Amino acid sequence: MNTLDILAKTENLDTVMAFVDERLEKAECPMKIQMQIDIAVEEIFVNIASYAYSPGEGPATVRVNVDDEHKFVDITFIDNGVPYDPLAKEDPDITLSAEQRQIGGLGIFMVKQSMDDVIYEYRDGHNILTIKKALKG
Amino acid sequence: MNVTVKKDNASAVTMQVEGRVDTTTAPELENEIKNVMTDADKVSLDCEKLVYISSAGLRVLLSAHKAMAKKGGTFEVCKVSDDIMEIFEITGFSRILNIK
Repeated sequence: MNTLDILAKTENLDTVMAFVDERLEKAECPMKIQMQIDIAVEEIFVNIASYAYSPGEGPATVRVNVDDEHKFVDITFIDNGVPYDPLAKEDPDITLSAEQRQIGGLGIFMVKQSMDDVIYEYRDGHNILTIKKALKG
Repeated sequence: MNVTVKKDNASAVTMQVEGRVDTTTAPELENEIKNVMTDADKVSLDCEKLVYISSAGLRVLLSAHKAMAKKGGTFEVCKVSDDIMEIFEITGFSRILNIK
Protein backbone atom coordinates (compact mmCIF):
# COMPACT_ATOMS: atom_id res chain seq x y z
CA MET A 1 0.00 0.00 0.00
CA ASN A 2 1.64 3.16 -1.16
CA THR A 3 -1.42 5.36 -1.04
CA LEU A 4 -2.84 7.05 2.02
CA ASP A 5 -6.32 8.57 1.99
CA ILE A 6 -6.73 10.87 4.92
CA LEU A 7 -8.72 13.85 6.15
CA ALA A 8 -6.66 16.96 5.40
CA LYS A 9 -6.27 18.20 8.97
CA THR A 10 -3.12 19.42 10.70
CA GLU A 11 -3.82 16.88 13.45
CA ASN A 12 -3.15 14.15 10.88
CA LEU A 13 0.34 15.43 10.03
CA ASP A 14 2.04 12.81 12.22
CA THR A 15 0.17 10.01 10.44
CA VAL A 16 1.23 11.36 7.05
CA MET A 17 4.85 11.70 8.19
CA ALA A 18 4.91 8.17 9.58
CA PHE A 19 3.45 6.85 6.32
CA VAL A 20 6.08 8.61 4.21
CA ASP A 21 9.01 7.89 6.56
CA GLU A 22 8.25 4.19 6.67
CA ARG A 23 8.60 4.03 2.89
CA LEU A 24 11.73 6.18 2.84
CA GLU A 25 13.36 4.03 5.50
CA LYS A 26 12.55 0.90 3.54
CA ALA A 27 14.25 2.54 0.55
CA GLU A 28 17.32 3.23 2.72
CA CYS A 29 17.00 6.95 2.19
CA PRO A 30 19.91 8.92 3.74
CA MET A 31 18.89 10.87 6.88
CA LYS A 32 19.57 14.28 5.40
CA ILE A 33 17.44 13.61 2.33
CA GLN A 34 14.72 12.16 4.53
CA MET A 35 14.67 15.40 6.51
CA GLN A 36 14.39 17.46 3.33
CA ILE A 37 11.56 15.27 2.06
CA ASP A 38 9.82 15.41 5.47
CA ILE A 39 9.95 19.19 5.40
CA ALA A 40 8.46 19.26 1.90
CA VAL A 41 5.72 16.80 2.90
CA GLU A 42 4.89 18.83 6.00
CA GLU A 43 4.71 22.12 4.12
CA ILE A 44 2.48 20.71 1.40
CA PHE A 45 0.15 18.74 3.67
CA VAL A 46 -0.26 21.62 6.13
CA ASN A 47 -0.99 23.92 3.20
CA ILE A 48 -3.77 21.61 2.01
CA ALA A 49 -5.08 21.25 5.57
CA SER A 50 -5.11 25.02 6.08
CA TYR A 51 -6.43 26.30 2.77
CA ALA A 52 -7.88 23.71 0.39
CA TYR A 53 -11.27 23.37 2.10
CA SER A 54 -11.26 26.39 4.38
CA PRO A 55 -13.39 26.96 6.39
CA GLY A 56 -14.60 23.35 6.08
CA GLU A 57 -12.57 20.19 5.74
CA GLY A 58 -12.03 17.52 3.12
CA PRO A 59 -9.88 14.61 2.00
CA ALA A 60 -6.32 14.37 0.73
CA THR A 61 -4.49 11.53 -0.94
CA VAL A 62 -0.76 11.01 -0.47
CA ARG A 63 0.95 8.59 -2.84
CA VAL A 64 4.58 7.54 -2.42
CA ASN A 65 6.37 5.91 -5.30
CA VAL A 66 9.92 4.68 -4.77
CA ASP A 67 11.92 3.81 -7.86
CA ASP A 68 14.43 1.35 -6.43
CA GLU A 69 16.29 0.91 -9.67
CA HIS A 70 16.95 4.58 -10.31
CA LYS A 71 16.99 5.56 -6.64
CA PHE A 72 14.48 8.32 -6.55
CA VAL A 73 11.13 8.92 -4.93
CA ASP A 74 8.11 10.84 -6.08
CA ILE A 75 5.33 11.82 -3.74
CA THR A 76 1.99 13.07 -5.02
CA PHE A 77 -0.60 15.02 -3.05
CA ILE A 78 -4.15 15.20 -4.35
CA ASP A 79 -7.03 17.23 -3.00
CA ASN A 80 -10.31 18.42 -4.50
CA GLY A 81 -10.40 21.77 -2.76
CA VAL A 82 -10.16 25.20 -4.34
CA PRO A 83 -7.75 25.32 -7.30
CA TYR A 84 -4.44 26.56 -5.96
CA ASP A 85 -1.04 26.50 -7.60
CA PRO A 86 1.51 26.99 -4.80
CA LEU A 87 4.29 27.33 -7.39
CA ALA A 88 2.71 30.54 -8.69
CA LYS A 89 3.42 32.21 -5.36
CA GLU A 90 6.27 34.67 -5.50
CA ASP A 91 9.44 33.59 -3.68
CA PRO A 92 10.23 35.48 -0.48
CA ASP A 93 13.17 37.88 -0.70
CA ILE A 94 15.73 36.05 1.42
CA THR A 95 18.21 38.92 1.24
CA LEU A 96 16.06 41.19 3.45
CA SER A 97 17.03 41.98 7.04
CA ALA A 98 15.21 40.42 9.99
CA GLU A 99 13.13 43.56 10.47
CA GLN A 100 11.95 43.51 6.87
CA ARG A 101 11.47 39.78 6.56
CA GLN A 102 7.86 38.71 6.55
CA ILE A 103 6.82 35.82 8.72
CA GLY A 104 5.48 33.34 6.22
CA GLY A 105 5.82 32.42 2.56
CA LEU A 106 8.78 30.24 3.41
CA GLY A 107 7.23 26.80 3.22
CA ILE A 108 6.78 26.32 -0.50
CA PHE A 109 10.07 28.13 -1.12
CA MET A 110 11.84 25.48 0.97
CA VAL A 111 10.09 22.78 -1.05
CA LYS A 112 11.27 24.31 -4.33
CA GLN A 113 14.83 24.74 -3.05
CA SER A 114 15.27 21.23 -1.65
CA MET A 115 13.40 19.01 -4.12
CA ASP A 116 14.73 18.07 -7.56
CA ASP A 117 11.38 18.72 -9.18
CA VAL A 118 7.98 20.08 -8.13
CA ILE A 119 5.06 19.78 -10.53
CA TYR A 120 1.57 21.18 -10.12
CA GLU A 121 -1.46 20.47 -12.21
CA TYR A 122 -5.17 20.99 -11.83
CA ARG A 123 -7.08 18.17 -13.45
CA ASP A 124 -10.70 16.99 -13.21
CA GLY A 125 -11.37 19.12 -10.15
CA HIS A 126 -8.21 18.00 -8.35
CA ASN A 127 -5.10 19.84 -7.24
CA ILE A 128 -2.24 17.46 -7.99
CA LEU A 129 1.18 18.35 -6.63
CA THR A 130 4.15 16.03 -7.13
CA ILE A 131 7.61 16.33 -5.64
CA LYS A 132 10.59 14.32 -6.85
CA LYS A 133 13.86 13.71 -5.06
CA ALA A 134 16.88 11.52 -5.76
CA LEU A 135 17.64 9.19 -2.85
CA LYS A 136 21.39 9.48 -3.21
CA GLY A 137 23.36 11.95 -1.14
CA MET B 1 10.08 17.95 20.96
CA ASN B 2 11.51 18.78 24.37
CA VAL B 3 12.70 22.12 25.68
CA THR B 4 14.95 22.50 28.70
CA VAL B 5 15.51 25.94 30.20
CA LYS B 6 18.66 26.83 32.11
CA LYS B 7 19.30 30.22 33.68
CA ASP B 8 22.91 31.25 33.03
CA ASN B 9 22.66 34.34 35.23
CA ALA B 10 20.07 36.94 36.25
CA SER B 11 19.43 38.07 32.70
CA ALA B 12 20.67 35.28 30.41
CA VAL B 13 18.91 32.04 29.62
CA THR B 14 19.93 29.02 27.57
CA MET B 15 17.18 26.86 26.13
CA GLN B 16 17.98 23.46 24.75
CA VAL B 17 15.59 22.21 22.12
CA GLU B 18 15.55 18.50 21.41
CA GLY B 19 13.82 16.58 18.61
CA ARG B 20 11.55 17.97 15.92
CA VAL B 21 10.15 21.47 15.59
CA ASP B 22 7.27 21.18 13.17
CA THR B 23 3.76 22.57 12.68
CA THR B 24 2.53 20.56 15.66
CA THR B 25 5.32 21.38 18.12
CA ALA B 26 6.33 24.92 17.05
CA PRO B 27 3.61 26.66 19.15
CA GLU B 28 5.01 24.98 22.27
CA LEU B 29 8.52 26.26 21.51
CA GLU B 30 7.07 29.70 20.86
CA ASN B 31 5.39 29.71 24.28
CA GLU B 32 8.55 28.54 26.02
CA ILE B 33 10.59 31.29 24.38
CA LYS B 34 7.95 33.92 25.23
CA ASN B 35 7.98 32.81 28.86
CA VAL B 36 11.72 33.22 29.29
CA MET B 37 11.97 36.35 27.15
CA THR B 38 10.16 38.63 29.58
CA ASP B 39 12.94 38.47 32.19
CA ALA B 40 15.96 37.91 29.95
CA ASP B 41 18.22 40.21 28.00
CA LYS B 42 19.86 37.30 26.29
CA VAL B 43 18.27 34.07 25.14
CA SER B 44 20.43 31.34 23.59
CA LEU B 45 18.82 28.44 21.81
CA ASP B 46 21.04 25.37 21.95
CA CYS B 47 20.28 23.33 18.82
CA GLU B 48 22.69 20.45 19.38
CA LYS B 49 19.80 17.98 19.72
CA LEU B 50 17.52 19.62 17.18
CA VAL B 51 17.02 17.14 14.35
CA TYR B 52 14.33 18.80 12.24
CA ILE B 53 12.87 22.24 11.65
CA SER B 54 10.18 23.24 9.16
CA SER B 55 8.98 26.71 8.22
CA ALA B 56 6.67 26.72 11.26
CA GLY B 57 9.79 26.50 13.44
CA LEU B 58 11.69 29.08 11.41
CA ARG B 59 8.83 31.51 11.96
CA VAL B 60 9.20 31.04 15.72
CA LEU B 61 12.93 31.78 15.51
CA LEU B 62 12.34 34.89 13.40
CA SER B 63 9.65 36.15 15.81
CA ALA B 64 11.95 35.57 18.77
CA HIS B 65 14.81 37.34 17.04
CA LYS B 66 12.60 40.34 16.22
CA ALA B 67 11.02 40.50 19.68
CA MET B 68 14.36 40.35 21.48
CA ALA B 69 15.86 42.99 19.17
CA LYS B 70 12.86 45.24 19.80
CA LYS B 71 13.45 45.23 23.54
CA GLY B 72 17.19 45.74 23.11
CA GLY B 73 18.15 42.17 23.92
CA THR B 74 19.81 39.35 22.02
CA PHE B 75 18.50 36.09 20.66
CA GLU B 76 21.13 33.66 19.52
CA VAL B 77 21.22 30.17 18.13
CA CYS B 78 24.12 27.83 18.87
CA LYS B 79 25.49 24.32 18.19
CA VAL B 80 23.64 24.05 14.89
CA SER B 81 24.22 20.81 12.97
CA ASP B 82 25.27 20.87 9.31
CA ASP B 83 21.87 19.64 8.11
CA ILE B 84 19.97 22.31 10.05
CA MET B 85 22.50 24.93 8.96
CA GLU B 86 21.75 24.08 5.35
CA ILE B 87 18.09 24.90 6.01
CA PHE B 88 19.15 28.24 7.54
CA GLU B 89 21.25 28.88 4.46
CA ILE B 90 18.66 28.16 1.77
CA THR B 91 16.09 30.30 3.58
CA GLY B 92 18.46 33.22 4.23
CA PHE B 93 18.16 32.68 8.00
CA SER B 94 21.91 32.19 8.30
CA ARG B 95 22.28 35.90 7.61
CA ILE B 96 19.43 37.01 9.87
CA LEU B 97 19.95 35.00 13.03
CA ASN B 98 22.87 35.37 15.44
CA ILE B 99 24.45 31.97 15.00
CA LYS B 100 27.25 31.03 17.37
